[in-house]
Amino acid sequence: MKVLIIEDDREAAAYLKKAMAEAGHMADVAHDGDEGYVMADGGGYDALVVDRMLPRRDGLSVISALRSKGDMTPALVLSALGEVDDRVTGLRAGGDDYLTKPYAFSELLARLEVLLRRQSGAEQDTSYQVGDLIMNRLAHEVRRGDEPIMLQPREYRLLEYLMRHSGQVVTRTMLLENVWDYHFDPQTNVIDVHISRLRSKIEKGFDKPLLHTIRGAGYMMRE
Amino acid sequence: MSRFSSTINTTATRLSALYLVLFTSCAVVLVFYMTGSTARFLINETRNAVTEEIETLGDVYSRGGLRRLVREIDRRSRRPSANLYMVADHTGRILAGNVLALEPGILDSEGWTQAPFGYARYGDDVSVINDPQRAPRALAQVIVFSNGMRVLVGRDLGEPQRFREIVRRALITALTVMAVGGFLIWFFVGRRALQRIDRVSEASARIVAGDLSGRLPVTGANDEFDRLSESLNSMIAKISKLNDGLRDVSDSIAHDLKTPLSRLRNRAEAALAGDPKETDYRTVLEDMIVEADQLIKVFNALLLISRVEAGFSKQKLDEVDLAVIVSEVAELYEPLVEDAGMTLVNEVKGPLPIAGNRELIGQAITNLIDNALKYGATEDGRIVLAAERDKRAGMARLSVADQGAGIPESERERVLGRFVRLDESRTKPGSGLGLSLVSAIVGLHGGTLELREAEPGLKAVLSFPISRT
Repeated sequence: MKVLIIEDDREAAAYLKKAMAEAGHMADVAHDGDEGYVMADGGGYDALVVDRMLPRRDGLSVISALRSKGDMTPALVLSALGEVDDRVTGLRAGGDDYLTKPYAFSELLARLEVLLRRQSGAEQDTSYQVGDLIMNRLAHEVRRGDEPIMLQPREYRLLEYLMRHSGQVVTRTMLLENVWDYHFDPQTNVIDVHISRLRSKIEKGFDKPLLHTIRGAGYMMRE
Repeated sequence: MSRFSSTINTTATRLSALYLVLFTSCAVVLVFYMTGSTARFLINETRNAVTEEIETLGDVYSRGGLRRLVREIDRRSRRPSANLYMVADHTGRILAGNVLALEPGILDSEGWTQAPFGYARYGDDVSVINDPQRAPRALAQVIVFSNGMRVLVGRDLGEPQRFREIVRRALITALTVMAVGGFLIWFFVGRRALQRIDRVSEASARIVAGDLSGRLPVTGANDEFDRLSESLNSMIAKISKLNDGLRDVSDSIAHDLKTPLSRLRNRAEAALAGDPKETDYRTVLEDMIVEADQLIKVFNALLLISRVEAGFSKQKLDEVDLAVIVSEVAELYEPLVEDAGMTLVNEVKGPLPIAGNRELIGQAITNLIDNALKYGATEDGRIVLAAERDKRAGMARLSVADQGAGIPESERERVLGRFVRLDESRTKPGSGLGLSLVSAIVGLHGGTLELREAEPGLKAVLSFPISRT
């Protein structure tokens, strides 16, 4: 994946670039809004990481300028402003996701990968499959091998999100945002408990674990 | 000079000047009217007296002829304070009467004299007639006989003139007294008002300089100045209280954030001082990240509280159903509560439409459930979510109750403050910001947070105004 980082804080940008390289991604850096717009407009990037507050040109205006030219490269907005309405303005300007500073790199990476996958259109698939676990989205049915698995509505949505992003790290805040539609920091490990319930439903009595805990990051569905 | 000009520039000065002008004009009009009408009355009296006199003399003339008339006039002239009489022949020579001299031309036309004229009596200095200031004045009627003889009967106008003079002096005296009085009153009232305002300004200057314990002077006169000072004083008291609260918060922030920061530093130092093994470093660094994340959470909570308290996005409250939010949060927390060996009971029945922010209300409820889990935990305990519609007050009351130790009544107000943690809970993780945030969120929605006794346990009651739709 080739990523453009538009961030005026040089130290933060250098750190991001290095961390991206370690995760196996190429990254270029632009230090102000104008430079960022020119580089992004040149094309060839799979994703943009855009700081909201930039010299010369505001991050959100860079994104909306690209969008108005029909450039739909997924963009993740970084901001020190994290309230609900800031997030809404960020997303309305054409950002695809919004992350409040300070953030964990694992969170940023997980979100970027999800953004890229969104491009592939997995949301429209009528069924998901991870190993022998199959979710039929039309019939609202989940079965593992031949055995049907009964899920509560919320458990179903949780599993749906995890399976849609199988092979990718999904963080706790991403789950809280996408399954429960809440954007605050829960004080307790409330997501973990839901995961362990779900896990016992889809893994109990089967040999192979499918829902893995990724230490320091989140969870991942894979064979 | 500036003091004088500031005295001039007071409302009291302007008011007294206005009153002075008004009263003076009224007084002038009144006095002119009174003197005018009195003088007219006296002149009419004079004319009537002269007319009567002439009728009497006419009788004398018709009965006894000219000779009797002259004798009668001569007799009347000698009475004390007599009217004016004069008999002259056709050449103007005086034959009888008490008038020594007249202004020239008076005897030429018959009937009433056109205007008061100057004259001199016998015994007066004749030259007085040439001095219009000193000459006595009179009104008279002149009768001309066929042989050219003239008879003048008149009356002195000294009385009305003296009266007018008295009134004129009284008017001038009154106006002078009024002007001096007005000036004195203005000076006194204006200066007094200015002095009190100066005292208020001085007091407020001291308060502005940072002495919030200062108050504006209240004299006890219970006048408008006192009322103004009192309301300003209560405002200062409120500001002072807020200021103290702010200082407490800053102190708490300094204290509560210094502790984890020094822990962070100590860990790094200890790791550097110890045996350099990579696995140890990893553990220490991971611990430090956890610690740093906790700090960030505290900052986020603080920022959120102050934004909510500042009324953030108040205009962006949507129509939400409190019951739906409660059931969503209950659904989110139920497994966690169950794992803690307790039960989460949701007794809320909808719909409870309110104007609210779903995220913030959700966060408030999760904070309360978190608290119930942390501080209200008992074996097989229940956390009960309930709601009722208080139709009379127009409020939806949502309660979160646990069966734990509760909070002593004396502390219930205090725990809503930032960073306040009761001694019993100091050992448990937490920042002391949870209830402050709940309180701020409820406040943003125009509601109240109340902590009550749940017998046993704590019951937090959140009241939200019900939408009128």
